[in-house]
Amino acid sequence: MSMNVGALPRTWRKPPLIKSAWLRWTLGVSLVVYLALVFETTPVNWARVWEGLPRGAAFLAAFFPPDFVSRWQEIVEGISESLWMTVVSTVVGIAISIPVGIGAAKNIAPAPVYYFCRAVLAVSRSFQEIILAIFFVKLFGFGPFAGFVTLSFATIGFYGKLLAEDIEDTDPAQAEAVRSSGASWLQWLNYGVQPQVMPRMIGLGLYRFDINFRESAVIGIVGGGGIGATLNTAFDRYEFSSAAAIIIVIIGIVMFCEYGSGYLRRWVQ
Amino acid sequence: MATIPARERTWQRRDRRAELVVWTCWLLAAAVFIGCFQMISDKTIWAFVWDAPQQAGDLAVRMVPPDWLYIRALGRPIWDTINIATIGTLIAVLLAIPVAYCAARNTTPSANVVRPIALFIIVSSRSINALIWALMLVTIIGPGVFAGIFAIALRSIGFCAKLLYEAIEEIDESQVEAVRATGASGAQVTSYGIVPQVLPAFAGISVFRWDINIRESTVLGLVGAGGIGLELNAAITQLYWTQVSLILLVIIATVIVSEWVSAKIRHAII
Repeated sequence: MSMNVGALPRTWRKPPLIKSAWLRWTLGVSLVVYLALVFETTPVNWARVWEGLPRGAAFLAAFFPPDFVSRWQEIVEGISESLWMTVVSTVVGIAISIPVGIGAAKNIAPAPVYYFCRAVLAVSRSFQEIILAIFFVKLFGFGPFAGFVTLSFATIGFYGKLLAEDIEDTDPAQAEAVRSSGASWLQWLNYGVQPQVMPRMIGLGLYRFDINFRESAVIGIVGGGGIGATLNTAFDRYEFSSAAAIIIVIIGIVMFCEYGSGYLRRWVQ
Repeated sequence: MATIPARERTWQRRDRRAELVVWTCWLLAAAVFIGCFQMISDKTIWAFVWDAPQQAGDLAVRMVPPDWLYIRALGRPIWDTINIATIGTLIAVLLAIPVAYCAARNTTPSANVVRPIALFIIVSSRSINALIWALMLVTIIGPGVFAGIFAIALRSIGFCAKLLYEAIEEIDESQVEAVRATGASGAQVTSYGIVPQVLPAFAGISVFRWDINIRESTVLGLVGAGGIGLELNAAITQLYWTQVSLILLVIIATVIVSEWVSAKIRHAII
């Protein structure tokens, strides 16, 4: 009887991550083949990389100390432009996304409105902000207006989708209670649905403010106004100390926004 | 006898003071908004803005139909774009593991020295957009796919490390304790007590970031960091609008496919 037990291996081995040996080997081999292909098809100009290393060191050295002084005027202008864009586009984007979001909530909107609003949200979400910015710069000319339109458009997709999902998750009993008191549709929306989604949506609005500032720092690279344009110019002129100063300012404001909005969100909820 | 007060009382949501505070806040917010819009409007040439609908119509006409034959030239850029995202994510994930290990409160070797450094790496990597990283790397190591890969990697370290260290901080300590009680060494405790608990989260984070990176890598070419953005930039500057529309279609298709793939993988893991 005990003979059988003895025949089993006595040391424990860790079970493999992927149970099927066939799948395990296929994945492993295809990973290796893929890496080899990438290595083969990606041209790397090592001489150029080598040549760039001292330049990279120079760039890092430029952070100690960064040069805030010589481009101070441009930095202030760029940052304030970014901030205006962020404020206006967050407000306008959210204002537009409220009706779109309500229309995209399955439990409120009739089917045609629902599909139309969902399509609007999908279009707004499928393009990168930068690509949108290129087109809006073509249409509206260089400057912060194009950036404002870009960020507003991107905000609609983000905020509208989350609002729609939040409305779909609300408790129908509360809304029903308001409706049974004889409320009109608008009153029903205002007193039955809105209080349920409000706290979370305020938090998301602040979060979107954050995102919009980060994005406003890059759409300047394609001509959309804001600090990105200043940064791009600094790099083009190889003024690494000024670029370092701009990057430090961006990191500072992003961190301030993040902590500020985190604090406000905790206070609201 | 009880008397009914003569004054007609209607229900109000707030008392007078609260109402006043709320209105003041709204007024201030409106003032800030109008001020900011005024600033933007000062820097805007409104003639261009009023002209925009006509311009948009013009552009739409020029973009249709897409130049379908141009797709033959797009194979290589798309391959590059996918590689930038995939290899970039791979490098980021590998580098994020030690950073996350040092940043998590329960595994960090020293809470006073190493942890702040790790947190600083996470914050600075996260607050700089991939396009800015690419801008820097293109000036430093030259244009091309290589710069793109590192831009994506540098940007993703912070994201992956942040989510991973939060996952490490949420693990069940009793399992770690149980492994330690068997007399396991520090490395064994990590690999048998901690790794199995965070592995699903880790895989989920990697795939999620890969999906984001596919989107981001489509635009890196605009600053010279390789991929399909390079073609997009070239087509726009040369005003080949039929090529532009095809590139946009290809980008959308790539993004949709990557979203589908990542949803499938995440579904299989979790």
